[in-house]
Amino acid sequence: MLKRILLWLGLCLGLLLGTPQAEAQNSQPSDDEVNRIAKNLYCPVCENIPLDVCGTVACAQWRETIREKLAEGWSEQQIVDHFVTLYGERVLARPSTNGLTLLIWVLPPLAVLAGAVAWWRFLRGARKTAIVAARTVAAPNASPAVGQPPAVGQPPAVGQPPDPYLARMEQEFKHSKTTRSTP
Amino acid sequence: MIAFLGYGSLLLTLALAIAAIALGLLSGPRRRPAWLALAHQAALATWPTLTLAAVCLVSLLVTDHYEIGYVANVTSRAMPLYLKITAWWGGQAGSLLFWSWLMATFAAAALLRKWDQDRDLMPYVIAVMMVTLGFFVALIVLFENPFAPIWITSTGETVEAMLQPAGTFAFTAIDGRGLNPLLRHPGMIIHPPMLYTGFVSFVVPFAFAVAALIARRADDAWIRTTRRWTLVGWLFLSLGLILGGRWAYDVLGWGGYWGWDPVENAAFLPWLTGTAFLHSVMIQEKRGMLKKWNMILIILTYALVIFGTFLTRSGVLSSVHAFAQSAIGPAFFGFIAFTFVVSLALLFREWDHLSADNQLTHMLSREAAFLLNNVLFLGIAATVFWGTVFPMISELATGQKISVGPPYYNQVTGPQFLALVILMGIGPLLSWRTMSPQRLGRMLRVPAAVAVVVVIALVLAGITNPIALVAFASAALSTATTLTEFVKGTRARARANAEPVWTAFLGLAARNRRRYGGYIIHLGVLVMTAGIIASNVFQEETQGQLLPGEQLTVGNYVMVYDDLQQFTTDDDREVTRATVSVFRDGRLLEALHPRSDFFLSSEQSMTIPGVRSAIEDDFYVLLTTWDGSGSGAATFKVYVNPLVNWVWAGGLIFILGTLVAAWPDAREPRKVVLAQRAAPATGD
Repeated sequence: MLKRILLWLGLCLGLLLGTPQAEAQNSQPSDDEVNRIAKNLYCPVCENIPLDVCGTVACAQWRETIREKLAEGWSEQQIVDHFVTLYGERVLARPSTNGLTLLIWVLPPLAVLAGAVAWWRFLRGARKTAIVAARTVAAPNASPAVGQPPAVGQPPAVGQPPDPYLARMEQEFKHSKTTRSTP
Repeated sequence: MIAFLGYGSLLLTLALAIAAIALGLLSGPRRRPAWLALAHQAALATWPTLTLAAVCLVSLLVTDHYEIGYVANVTSRAMPLYLKITAWWGGQAGSLLFWSWLMATFAAAALLRKWDQDRDLMPYVIAVMMVTLGFFVALIVLFENPFAPIWITSTGETVEAMLQPAGTFAFTAIDGRGLNPLLRHPGMIIHPPMLYTGFVSFVVPFAFAVAALIARRADDAWIRTTRRWTLVGWLFLSLGLILGGRWAYDVLGWGGYWGWDPVENAAFLPWLTGTAFLHSVMIQEKRGMLKKWNMILIILTYALVIFGTFLTRSGVLSSVHAFAQSAIGPAFFGFIAFTFVVSLALLFREWDHLSADNQLTHMLSREAAFLLNNVLFLGIAATVFWGTVFPMISELATGQKISVGPPYYNQVTGPQFLALVILMGIGPLLSWRTMSPQRLGRMLRVPAAVAVVVVIALVLAGITNPIALVAFASAALSTATTLTEFVKGTRARARANAEPVWTAFLGLAARNRRRYGGYIIHLGVLVMTAGIIASNVFQEETQGQLLPGEQLTVGNYVMVYDDLQQFTTDDDREVTRATVSVFRDGRLLEALHPRSDFFLSSEQSMTIPGVRSAIEDDFYVLLTTWDGSGSGAATFKVYVNPLVNWVWAGGLIFILGTLVAAWPDAREPRKVVLAQRAAPATGD
């Protein structure tokens, strides 16, 4: 314990003095370096609590393992692989892209894409039928053209031209009132 | 005695619910008003009977009846009164009773309103609500009885059963185990009730939707009748989510407010589909389109409400095998499958009658924007659902458990949320039916300029993270659009009615509450967006072991560790509490007390952060470990969370907007306007 504190103090001192202490850093990785890796790991016992913030003794031991491996010069990937080998892929916060697990990454974007395509086709299909309908019927829709003030729903303005924005709103409001099934 | 009274009233409730279902279903096609009246009364009577059961349970909880299994499991003598009451929903059996009681409350409220106009829907509304209630009460009666006393066998094993099993003796625990430490928080009073209220209130629109399908009513009466119910349900669900986030931030001690935990996702899923539903019903009301789609959305939302309760209650999350061991899991699963299949079958029976009154013809129209909004909300819901259930699928298929953590959700839902934020800036500008690209371009000029200015300002301030820049630009665009809508409307009204600006603004919002309430909600979401982006992208953290007097630097802050105290409290906690001083720019800001509470009886510990909160950022410190030998050395984990307060502030604006939108319409809005107009004259 005392040794660790001394080392840590040494590290702080080193940083304060501004001299790079590469050796010290290699021999004793900082908590932040450990946490950077621990952040993306879960231990198999504590559900849904990332390793960097988990308070259990088991998780503290895992963090110590990370520290030791870092001190031995292991890379982040090597350390992560080490835990995966020991405990399986459940330790990864970010699911892998191997085998069945690939589905978790692939399906949602595909679903959204399918939704977007369906949206586009729905609009295009509806548009085609509307054009056909417009050709057969003389006046397909008696709606006022956008941008022009509709004739209905105007509040009695005092000698001013009706405002298109307000007119649109009033009309929407009226529409929602009149279509209400029962008062 | 009280236990038997409680259990008896549960049995009575179940009988009433079954009677209401039978009478309701029989009265509908045969048009027997007397049967319907009976069904109505039976359904209403479930409220007093469940209330009696709830009163029994709470009285057992507050009077330390440790001969009852549930009481011994969730309370202890040392717990304060308010926690003993909240223990009602602190464990499995009690929370199911709480769910049922809320459901009965909402059912009664929905049944007590004037329903002359939907007389033909009521038999089925009653049946659907009572099927839901009956299912939950049956679960309690059969599998999760909070009133069961403890019995001990001659070999020392304990069993919980309503009636004494042969060869056992009555057993009373000396003290209870007490509520899970994580739940011993004032948030417990408000957060679960909010979430559950949100859950059950979505049952009301679902009941009306299914009733419309059974009664073969193709109009949108069910939507209009339940619009406010849906909004209220949505409001409670939103409140529950926001409060849950706040609770996690204050108590769970990991520096964040949302962890994409399956339990959080369970509540978020119905919120997502419910939000899609709230948007898409507007198309049906205004344009008579998407009738089938709205049915699908409310059916999905209901299924997700039950699924959410299932996820949190069945034990399926810890392991698929735990699910198979408890009786409650398969029962839930069966119920979800049953209601989902029946609702869809009813929908397909009516499929041809639910055709649209109008055509959607233009990509640049409000309808198309709402529809795209639905695609995105459902896309996010599908992603979250998939991420939540995938570990179970993986475990079943390959026997290998996997974890799905925040990196997955952030990466996959992030772009979809971003698209929604941008859509929020364009949608309100679009008119119904169609709009020319030129006109949209003209209207987007100002918001786009605002977005560009914001990006330039951020870059000048030294922010170069591309994700943050794109997200802030999108949020700025949408904020500008939304504010422009307020300005334009107010100006137009002030001009047309010759009103002062303030009166015009209030009149505008009062006359079209739903529209402007919606825009206020959008503003709230945008403020939250800024907070979420900043607190995620720019969060800084560090950790270090300090001796008293030493310091730790993070961002602009310097934290000095002063001392460490340890003491025990009356309520069975061993508290280790550090005192640290927080400095910025050499100036002392505040002394904070991060601490760790160890609950002696349950041997669980809890880390409570010290937080210094300001509008620009939060300084958040956790005491993680300490040296018990007396050196005073302690390890601290420190976060600087930028703009995290914006998340809560945005949440408040959001709630305010929902209240504006859900507030009942005044009978004669004109009069209100006139009265307001007269006010300044008399005031002078």
